[in-house]
Amino acid sequence: MIFVILKDIAILSAISTILALVMVLAQRWLSNYGTCKIDINGKRDVSVIGGSSLLSSLSEKQIFLPSACGGRGSCAACKCKVLSGGGPVLPTERPLLSKEELSAGNIRLACQVKVKSDISIEIPSSIFNIRRYHATIAEIIDYTYDIKGITFKFDDGEKIDFLAGQYVQLETEPYPEMKQRVVRAYSISSKPEINDALQLIIRYVPDGICTTWVHKYLKVGDKVSLTGPYGDFYLRETDADIIFVAGGSGKAPIKSILEHLQIVGTTRKMTYFFGARTVRDLYLTDEFKALEDVFPDFKYEPVLSQPDPNDNWSGKTGFVMPYFKETIRDPKNTEAYLCGSPGMINAVTKALMENGLAKEKIYYDSFG
Amino acid sequence: MDISAFVLFWAAIFTSNILLTNFLGMCSYLSVSREVESSFGLGIAVMFVLTVTAALNWLVYNYVLVPFNIVYLQFIVFIIVIAAFVQFLELVIERYVPALYYTLGIFLPLITVNCAIFGVSLFMVIRDYSFLQSIAFGAGSGLGWLLAILMLAAIRRKLKEKLVPTGLQGVGISLIITGIMALAFVGFSGIVQIQ
Repeated sequence: MIFVILKDIAILSAISTILALVMVLAQRWLSNYGTCKIDINGKRDVSVIGGSSLLSSLSEKQIFLPSACGGRGSCAACKCKVLSGGGPVLPTERPLLSKEELSAGNIRLACQVKVKSDISIEIPSSIFNIRRYHATIAEIIDYTYDIKGITFKFDDGEKIDFLAGQYVQLETEPYPEMKQRVVRAYSISSKPEINDALQLIIRYVPDGICTTWVHKYLKVGDKVSLTGPYGDFYLRETDADIIFVAGGSGKAPIKSILEHLQIVGTTRKMTYFFGARTVRDLYLTDEFKALEDVFPDFKYEPVLSQPDPNDNWSGKTGFVMPYFKETIRDPKNTEAYLCGSPGMINAVTKALMENGLAKEKIYYDSFG
Repeated sequence: MDISAFVLFWAAIFTSNILLTNFLGMCSYLSVSREVESSFGLGIAVMFVLTVTAALNWLVYNYVLVPFNIVYLQFIVFIIVIAAFVQFLELVIERYVPALYYTLGIFLPLITVNCAIFGVSLFMVIRDYSFLQSIAFGAGSGLGWLLAILMLAAIRRKLKEKLVPTGLQGVGISLIITGIMALAFVGFSGIVQIQ
């Protein structure tokens, strides 16, 4: 009796095993679409193994589209724009798309679209490629008496993919005066070509929770956590002339943009106004002056508002605004990138518009 | 069973329509019949899968289940075979005929759990069909199912502009219509008996 049962179980298992084997082989050979490239918002490419849904391919790459039903095609939360490579709209998607979306033809459910070839999609930049990174402090440089450059090295294997000019959020660890954790945003000052580490430039703000922690407690070897990259302040790829205006730690994103341009090369006319009070607020001056020889048409202009008589300052003085007029050669073909306090952004934006720049060509990162 | 495969094929379509006389495969029949286009797609898919799984299950039954004396496991085995085949078919279509995949392929997962498919495999065993008869019966049942869902879809299209009592809207009226259709099909049943 027991043998009969065992025999029956064995046969049933054999049948199941054979069929499972066939399926595994079929998966291996038939749904092997090789490596497919997903182009996201035209800004970033990720390579995935083809054959699975867009939703799961993206989440493998830590890009999380919202999804409430878990990819069964019933909640429609994972709607996104598929510009090419998605095939026709499937009958499983139709009931969940509005008339307008159907006639547009490129709004799709990411859980139903399968990645079988190179595909290009558009998703809200707020959700695209943001994630948490774990990092160790690798280096702390004193740029000035109150500005430090801090290099964060990611723990093994973690890589960041950002656009020059974007920022990350740094989470503080508790320290004696402050038991709570806070999160503060800082622009990345290293170039995007370095993806296993990044540098932030942080200025000490008296009584600032995060800056006090960074300046007084953070030391090489400490472990911290960052999220990002965030922000739509990044270099636009056009041929227009560029004016950069940023002082203090606002130099960070501009440094990232210029170092990135140094690698990809550019012939654009660029001028960087670095506003500061005195000579002791200047930093990385030699490095930025050296860039004038690297680019065909680049000027680095530190402008001091209150130069100390002992400094023997021979450069530009006062505010940066009066110097725009002589710099701009064609206001219609000039972009501006500003980084600084809201007051500075407002004043500079106003001056740039008075010089004929279009509002939408003035990009800024404002921090309090 | 002493009946020619040819007769069986036609009988399965008209006199013993799997959907209208046995009421098998109702779930997808009711839910997909809202549109003629998708009804046709699902119908074709059902027909193809029915034909092939009837043949496969016949082979499995007669060359595995009977020799090893495990006929009592036929329910489980048939379902596994159907599921595996449908999955396999989906992969093949998706890979080699993408155009077909977009019209038919997406219905395949629905078919895995379609009772008409399973029902045909069981009837084939109960009625002791030969290999050829099984294929004919499978193909005929599939075609009959396609016919039935197409008719319902066509009627439901007309129904969209008609006033249907609130309580009967949707599935309710569809079931009533199916019943009336079944009556018409039962009218053929005197021509040939396959039970």
